Amino acid sequence: MSETTGVPTPDAGPELRLQGVRKFFRSRGSELLVLDDVSLDVAPGEFVCLLGPSGCGKSTLLNVVAGLEQPDGGSVHACGEAVVGPSRDRMVMFQEAALFPWRDALGNVMFGLELKPGLDRKARREVARYYLKLVGLERFEHAAIHELSGGMRQRVSLARALAPNPRVLLMDEPFSALDAMTREQLYADLQGIQTKRRKTILFVTHNVREAACLGDRIVVMSPHPGRICQIVDVPLPRPRDINDAGVAQIARAATALLRAQHSPAGNGAP
Amino acid sequence: MKRALIAIVVFGALLAGWQLGGDAGLWSDTLMPQPMTIAGWLRGAIADGSLLDAVIVTGRRLLLGYGVGLCLGIPLGLLTSRSRLLQDTLGLLALGLQTLPSVCWVPLALVWFGQTETAMGFVVVMGTLWAILLATADGVRNVPPIYVRAARTMGSGPVHTLLRVVLPASLPFVIGGMKQGWAFAWRSLMAAEIYVTVLTGFGLGHLLHYGRELHAMEQVLGVMLAIMAVGLIVDRLLFLPIERALHRRWGTARG
Repeated sequence: MSETTGVPTPDAGPELRLQGVRKFFRSRGSELLVLDDVSLDVAPGEFVCLLGPSGCGKSTLLNVVAGLEQPDGGSVHACGEAVVGPSRDRMVMFQEAALFPWRDALGNVMFGLELKPGLDRKARREVARYYLKLVGLERFEHAAIHELSGGMRQRVSLARALAPNPRVLLMDEPFSALDAMTREQLYADLQGIQTKRRKTILFVTHNVREAACLGDRIVVMSPHPGRICQIVDVPLPRPRDINDAGVAQIARAATALLRAQHSPAGNGAP
Repeated sequence: MKRALIAIVVFGALLAGWQLGGDAGLWSDTLMPQPMTIAGWLRGAIADGSLLDAVIVTGRRLLLGYGVGLCLGIPLGLLTSRSRLLQDTLGLLALGLQTLPSVCWVPLALVWFGQTETAMGFVVVMGTLWAILLATADGVRNVPPIYVRAARTMGSGPVHTLLRVVLPASLPFVIGGMKQGWAFAWRSLMAAEIYVTVLTGFGLGHLLHYGRELHAMEQVLGVMLAIMAVGLIVDRLLFLPIERALHRRWGTARG
């Protein structure tokens, strides 16, 4: 594998820097504040989970980092450069696999590579094959999308996101629609891939255990308006299993934080 | 195999009844010639090459008009789906014109272009264009937005997204529109050939028209059969394989 875009810069600043990000949703004259003054630094190679109830703006925050939506205030920098739009350096994995049904599994993985300069057809095919193998689907290269199970689709989706070799992976509840067993297998696979390919990952979830199992840090968010209420470090060794006692303990602490938001006393003020 | 057998038995019985009814003098041979008479005319028309010539003349006109309809309809459909203004103007116009039987264009086409190939081409294009435009616009509007978002994150620009995501994603709709457009083109051309007399080639419509003038109902019925056959063959050879491939790829059920 050639490393053209994945070389970490020597200055080793934060991979992602969010400063005072604000975002409104406007509808018919009324304005709703969905993100209020969100600031966060993510180090290169770090796995950060954004945890919060629905409506806390975590997906919106991910879209802002992806460059799919523009913030109304504050700024987002990715490896020192201001984010103005989507980039191959920050690939997104959505809740639905969002695979293209007119292409087979390999064709889907190749889509992002076709837009990357300096790759001929043969090289693209080779890279796509490598990543399909990485997610354990080398035998399903020519499968039609509808022939794949939900878990397999998300694997293809992961391979597609990894193939252009981005520095950052943005994952928006990618496993929430899967059954528990498939999900647990994917936790293990994702951790394995993370040690092999070392990406900076921002992972949106409402599942406390999932956050504790996967994240180096858990960013707990509170709703109305969405803001960061606390950051929980997860100093557990890897690979972790969702059923580990340590994971359960961290999850309990994070759950307590989420509950506190709903009690009258805790307004999420830091 | 069983289905083919049933079809053969049913149509065989129908033809036999028709032939026997004529033999028994239940109806006039002049008004409703017997199958054997029609088969005789068809044999003669095939042997002297006049039927094949007509099919070729008609086919050429059809492909030309249909091609122009596609080349205009798909891009205009894409534009219509993208612009609110075009959707409210061109889209509405297309909807109105689609309901207009294309034979209604014949008087105008004759005045504008005279008894020419252009007049016939114009009628065919008017018959095809709107169905294809509407189907394309509809297909594009039905593309899940998540496809476009996913493509954007992979670095796909507006033109690339349009050609490599939006267009293939709306393919099932576009193919449906192409099929409908084909049927409309076929009808329009038959109407045009019956009404427009040109010396640049005798099409199937002309053969049918002269059959009527000569009171040769076996010719009229023979040409009708030929028109049906061509339509059926095109559907089976052109559209069926495409539709099958689409259904296989998309995983939509097909009986």
